[in-house]
Amino acid sequence: MPARVGIAVFPGTWSERDCAHAVGLSGAEAILLWHKDPTVRGCDLVVLPGGFAHGDYLRAGAIAAFSPLMEAVKEFARGGGPVLGICNGFQILCEAQLLPGALLRNQGLQFRCQPTHLRVDSGRGPFMSPLPPAAVLSIPISHGEGRYFADPATVARLEGEGRVAFRYCSERGERGEEHNPNGSVDDIAGILNPTGNVLGMMPHPERACEPLLGSADGLQLFKAALPQLVSR
Amino acid sequence: MAEVLVTLKPVVNDPQGLVVTDALHTLGYPEVVGTRVGKYIEVELDSSDEQEARSRVDEMCRRLLCNGVIEDYSYSLRRGAG
Repeated sequence: MPARVGIAVFPGTWSERDCAHAVGLSGAEAILLWHKDPTVRGCDLVVLPGGFAHGDYLRAGAIAAFSPLMEAVKEFARGGGPVLGICNGFQILCEAQLLPGALLRNQGLQFRCQPTHLRVDSGRGPFMSPLPPAAVLSIPISHGEGRYFADPATVARLEGEGRVAFRYCSERGERGEEHNPNGSVDDIAGILNPTGNVLGMMPHPERACEPLLGSADGLQLFKAALPQLVSR
Repeated sequence: MAEVLVTLKPVVNDPQGLVVTDALHTLGYPEVVGTRVGKYIEVELDSSDEQEARSRVDEMCRRLLCNGVIEDYSYSLRRGAG
């Protein structure tokens, strides 16, 4: 039986069908979860996709963080279930305090929709352990509020515990201001919870899941957690 | 009614504020040293006990209206027309 991947849908989510397509390519079955669902309906993995949940009112992700579904996602994550938050999903994970820090308005104030390169900087947990260390992935971003911010102590803790999943970099993996599209602290593009089963990232792996889209690197992330799920 | 002000913490960079400063300079206000953009929220309350209202509004700020990672809040209570 294929793994069941639940994809959360809030009012204003727009990336759920792209994610479902990527999940299909990975060999798993995609199930859409409504924000009012009180459970994750037995899914093996939960994806919080991109969009503008509840219109980004108040702050991006602030209202969605209090959905009935998010209570279920918190419980699922506490039990070790893998959760992948993409873009608005990352913002929701931060607002729900499943991940530390916050996402602020981009440094240049512009909405940035462009290809980026990401360096794999962690090997922790179901998402990161299958990826080659220090590999450079080509995955695009599409956001106006993606500047990752946390206080220096939190950033130091993330670094020390190997919880910085991805950093923006050049094609060859070099860091530098010119490769950081939004002003994120320490070029951080994605982070993990302490146990590594919750990953939040601003870039969109579902938009890089087949060669036709210019890159298939994102598919690795959808595939990464699956073998471990099937053997569970 | 509670008037809630939510502002970015001083350590958080505010690119919007920098742009507003630039615009004010362009308009001929060189004395402007800096601006920071925050939020103003009116919370209408049906409440008769001021102390109780205060503690409830404080909780609303902590739980939803303000994200303590990046923002600070303050509020004042004002008696409505009722």
